[in-house]
Amino acid sequence: MRYLHIANARVLDPATQTDSVTDVFVADGRIIALGHRPSAGEIETEIDASGQWLLPGLIDLGGHLPEPGYSQKGSITSETEAAARGGFTHICSLPDTKPVADTSAVVKLILEKAARAGFSRVLPLGAMTQGLAGEQLASMFTLAEAGAVAMSNARQPIRNSYVLRRLMEYAATYDIPLFLCANDLSLSDGGCMHEGPVATRMGLPGIPATAETIALAQILLLVEQTGVRAHISQISCRRSISMLQQARENGLRVTADTPLANLLYTHDAVTGYNSLFNVAPPLRSERDREALLAAVQAGELAISSNHRPHEIAAKKAPFSDAESGMSQYDAFLPNAMSLVQRGELTAEQLIRALTAVPASVLNLEHGLREGADFNAVLFDPESEHTLTATDIASGGRNHPLLNQSIQGKVTHVFLEGRRIH
Amino acid sequence: MIDPNKVQLTDDGRLKHFLSTEGLSRELLTEILDTADSFISTQERAVKTVPLLRGKTVVNLFFENSTRTRSTFELAAKRLSADILNLDIARSATSKGETLMDTLWNLEAMYSDMFVVRHSDSGAAHFIAEHVTPNVAIINAGDGRHAHPTQAMLDMLTIRRHKESIEGKVVAIVGDILHSRVARCQIHALRTLGAAEVRVIGPGTLLPADIDSLGAVPYYDMKSGLADCDVVIMLRLQKERMQNALLPSEGEFFKLYGLTEEKLTYAKPDAIVMHPGPINRGVEIESAVADGSHSVILNQVSYGIAVRMAVMAMAMSGQQTLANSEEPAR
Repeated sequence: MRYLHIANARVLDPATQTDSVTDVFVADGRIIALGHRPSAGEIETEIDASGQWLLPGLIDLGGHLPEPGYSQKGSITSETEAAARGGFTHICSLPDTKPVADTSAVVKLILEKAARAGFSRVLPLGAMTQGLAGEQLASMFTLAEAGAVAMSNARQPIRNSYVLRRLMEYAATYDIPLFLCANDLSLSDGGCMHEGPVATRMGLPGIPATAETIALAQILLLVEQTGVRAHISQISCRRSISMLQQARENGLRVTADTPLANLLYTHDAVTGYNSLFNVAPPLRSERDREALLAAVQAGELAISSNHRPHEIAAKKAPFSDAESGMSQYDAFLPNAMSLVQRGELTAEQLIRALTAVPASVLNLEHGLREGADFNAVLFDPESEHTLTATDIASGGRNHPLLNQSIQGKVTHVFLEGRRIH
Repeated sequence: MIDPNKVQLTDDGRLKHFLSTEGLSRELLTEILDTADSFISTQERAVKTVPLLRGKTVVNLFFENSTRTRSTFELAAKRLSADILNLDIARSATSKGETLMDTLWNLEAMYSDMFVVRHSDSGAAHFIAEHVTPNVAIINAGDGRHAHPTQAMLDMLTIRRHKESIEGKVVAIVGDILHSRVARCQIHALRTLGAAEVRVIGPGTLLPADIDSLGAVPYYDMKSGLADCDVVIMLRLQKERMQNALLPSEGEFFKLYGLTEEKLTYAKPDAIVMHPGPINRGVEIESAVADGSHSVILNQVSYGIAVRMAVMAMAMSGQQTLANSEEPAR
């Protein structure tokens, strides 16, 4: 047996509570030994990873793939390559493609294209309702059979409580998990940023926190009633965190994630009408950001990418006319690591929110254990470089760090032992 | 955080675009008022034109219809001896697929020197100023709910001419603050120019969140809100507010906030009444007040031309200084 030997890396895996310089040996896509040479076999490749960190591959609970339907913004190939460069081995794709991922054909197309591209593995989220219209149930069982790991309605709300109840009951029957965004459109419609002093000063229509919390209350009550396995996507408000804590105290098994942007920035970033910061959910206040960080520290909240690539023209418009979303996959891990550099999260807390927490949401076996699939990232925390347009694999040009200096670099990414970056 | 004034000022603090009154210094605002004052005297002469913008081309770029504002800009440009082109780009033209950038590139090809921009999106004038070719001055003639700085400055001029100074005055702005670009700009200008207190009066539905963060004090009734006021500024109430569940009826609004002679007695006896127009008689103001002795509404209109002449002349001069300083590099 010939194996890969990764030497001298700091192995950091919250799932196994490892943080030490440990040698790792990989063969046939699996970790065959940790900290000691395997009893049999010989080295095929050796990587001297001195000064680098070896982490489990990052798992994204929600990014937007522009294919099918939006070829001007990128492709499954470009975005999965960008995700691999950012440190992701697995990404959940939201179903708001064109056509919507409400048929097994679209789900299979995404899976096939992603497999052919050979970068990060895509775990498609199927649509909960036909056309994401929030009215008729999509064929959730068929979508799950085709490979959708959970169902989502992206940020399109289910306006009708009856429909929401029935789709939860239906999904619960087959133990299909639901990824739900809390967004009361009657309160958020027309808004383009967080309602508060910045929106007032800039004269931009605001989205109040209650657009999220009212929808969340409705979701949590119906989850309690129906017993469906539920994950709340893209939480942005302080109050949502306490509502989720309370729900868990009442015995509800409900998980949640927040987009990285909501941990990095607040509504102050919108000052000057920079359309890059037109994102959904909106960037909220510093108090909201602090509460989200605290929940990440406590291991209660996963961090998702909410990656949404756009061509230049989509963002080159007055703030409220620009399409919302930020391209995040390229340089994702260095960008997220800036929270560690700022002292707002420990490396262990950050990595947990990007690996162990999302893995448990998806029931994925994940972690750097002997015998486990080798899904891992090598990260050089000291490297410094400027992120230029040529470094970006994504078709999107709306990356927050474009032409800025970034610290840290993903040097290798392995999916089941195969190098995908 | 981006400093919003990086866009509208030259490095030495002169106006190159006029996008908002926010963040402009007291000196600069005063310079605008002084310049406008000097133009008022030229407006009373038989020959009203001055040659400050001779040979320059000003484009009135109105994405939102407004005959009144457009006409005063047109007149102001003509009195500065500029050539003026009126473009009414109805919102439908851009929704047909032409983006704002496409429109801009087309206009740049006409070698104009100044765009006067009205647009329904907050920040549209900033956007154009950031993307337009150098040496074209942008004058904001109203962007969404954000700013309408020439209107605010003509209001400042009105107060200054009728009340000597803005310093120490108590000013109330009444009505639909939420949707008002005029109110936001007035608040910034009044605060910078030393008003003792700026109040906003209206129902909770028409006062924006955290309005106190702009330095305005919210009031919900006219009696306490108008007490000791030197200046009462009434805002126009749009009919569509009733459909949006913001107000029950015009009648109830008038009962609570409509300016009547009786309510005006709560203010100081020599208070002046202003309105950016066009007024809705019997909705936000009764005719007896609009046409009464406290009203300076018509004076506002004539000062509007002088203020617009002032900012157009100042922004063009700022652009020229920029162009001259860049000359050696070319």
